[in-house]
Amino acid sequence: MFNVKGKGLVTLTGLTIGALAIALMVAGNPKNMGLCIACFLRDIAGALGLHSAAPVQYVRPEIIGLVLGAFAAALATGSYRAMGGSSALTRFVLGFIGMIGFLVFLGCPLRMLLRMSAGDLNAWLALPGFAAGIAAGVWFINRGFTLGRATRQNNTHGYVFPTMMAALLALLVLGFPLLRASTEGPGSMHAPLLLSLGAGLLVGALAQRTRFCLVGPIRDLIMFRDSYLMFGMAGLFLAALAGNLIVGNFSAGFAGQPVAHTDGLWNFLGMALAGLCFTLVAGCPLRQLVSAAEGNTDSAVTILGVLVGAAFAHNFGLAASPAGASVNGQYAVVAGFILTLGIGFALSGARVLAKGRVTESA
Amino acid sequence: MPDVDVCGLVCPEPVLLVKRRIDALGEGAITVLADSEAARENIKRLATGKGWAVRIEEQDDKYLLTLTK
Repeated sequence: MFNVKGKGLVTLTGLTIGALAIALMVAGNPKNMGLCIACFLRDIAGALGLHSAAPVQYVRPEIIGLVLGAFAAALATGSYRAMGGSSALTRFVLGFIGMIGFLVFLGCPLRMLLRMSAGDLNAWLALPGFAAGIAAGVWFINRGFTLGRATRQNNTHGYVFPTMMAALLALLVLGFPLLRASTEGPGSMHAPLLLSLGAGLLVGALAQRTRFCLVGPIRDLIMFRDSYLMFGMAGLFLAALAGNLIVGNFSAGFAGQPVAHTDGLWNFLGMALAGLCFTLVAGCPLRQLVSAAEGNTDSAVTILGVLVGAAFAHNFGLAASPAGASVNGQYAVVAGFILTLGIGFALSGARVLAKGRVTESA
Repeated sequence: MPDVDVCGLVCPEPVLLVKRRIDALGEGAITVLADSEAARENIKRLATGKGWAVRIEEQDDKYLLTLTK
């Protein structure tokens, strides 16, 4: 009943991610952003010129490492399988909208935990928002929400996304001059390449073996009273808390927190929107990256949606800044809720169930 | 034909579908066809947590789980 071995490894994964996030911050990554998946995908979007927000452009080797580490682990253990064809465009849109929610809050759930562990009380306010969004997603899933089945694809399709990451790494290492890199702001702050890459590889491999996720812990607790993934989330928080206390990065309060704002309502709503979107696509951005590395091309498309969402968020002033959530960002969150709830209702409920839910066996 | 086919589905749908079958049946035998390691492990954890025995056979690159109680 209590799988000690399984829970031990997922806890270790969380502890490792938390500790590495603090180590990467000490080694140069921005404060409370040691290993933020949303921030780093946003920085990659900037480095590729998808947006022109000069302070947030850098090809983050952590993301590349994470994908390649998970890819290697999946290949080595025989769990790699190319899959796809489950509502890719809808997943793209949900990744896009969820990313706008993240950038109104200023961080993904990983950064939310890092901020919480550093005493940023704004993030403590975002947590109930995130949980509420996940609970709304669970409500849809329990009413039959589904994006449909993926089908097995030729393995080549699954190699595309890891190859894209490897190509990005090659461009970075070779110093490709057209890649943009911030000279000031968060994008200019980064740990040494090999340390960032190594941390990503380790986290990717561990997360692949344990199915580590930061939407899953709350979702599974609500749906199944299953605490397996919660051990990973708790481990991440505790290791980061210990690390922050050790390196003197703990300071409790709302005002003056690094790369954060004090707009409580929009911190709550931004994470609620993201929680809903990423519950509907079945996993946080980190899990999407790992899943894409395991051959799930739908997850890869979700990540492309996240990248384009980041680009729109910065091109159209939707992303928040330390001054607060922008008016455009507030409209975008409201529009995001309308679209996501529309998708949720359209793909669930009595009508879908009556038609013979695609997920039921014949 | 397996009782529940969760191929091509990602969490939490496989677990939800198996849980509904388990709850409806109470005891007996259920066969589940899964095609991912994640679904296999999550279903195994659900079933053993509810006191069902789980046997797993690999078929091609899919997994046939037999749950009994």
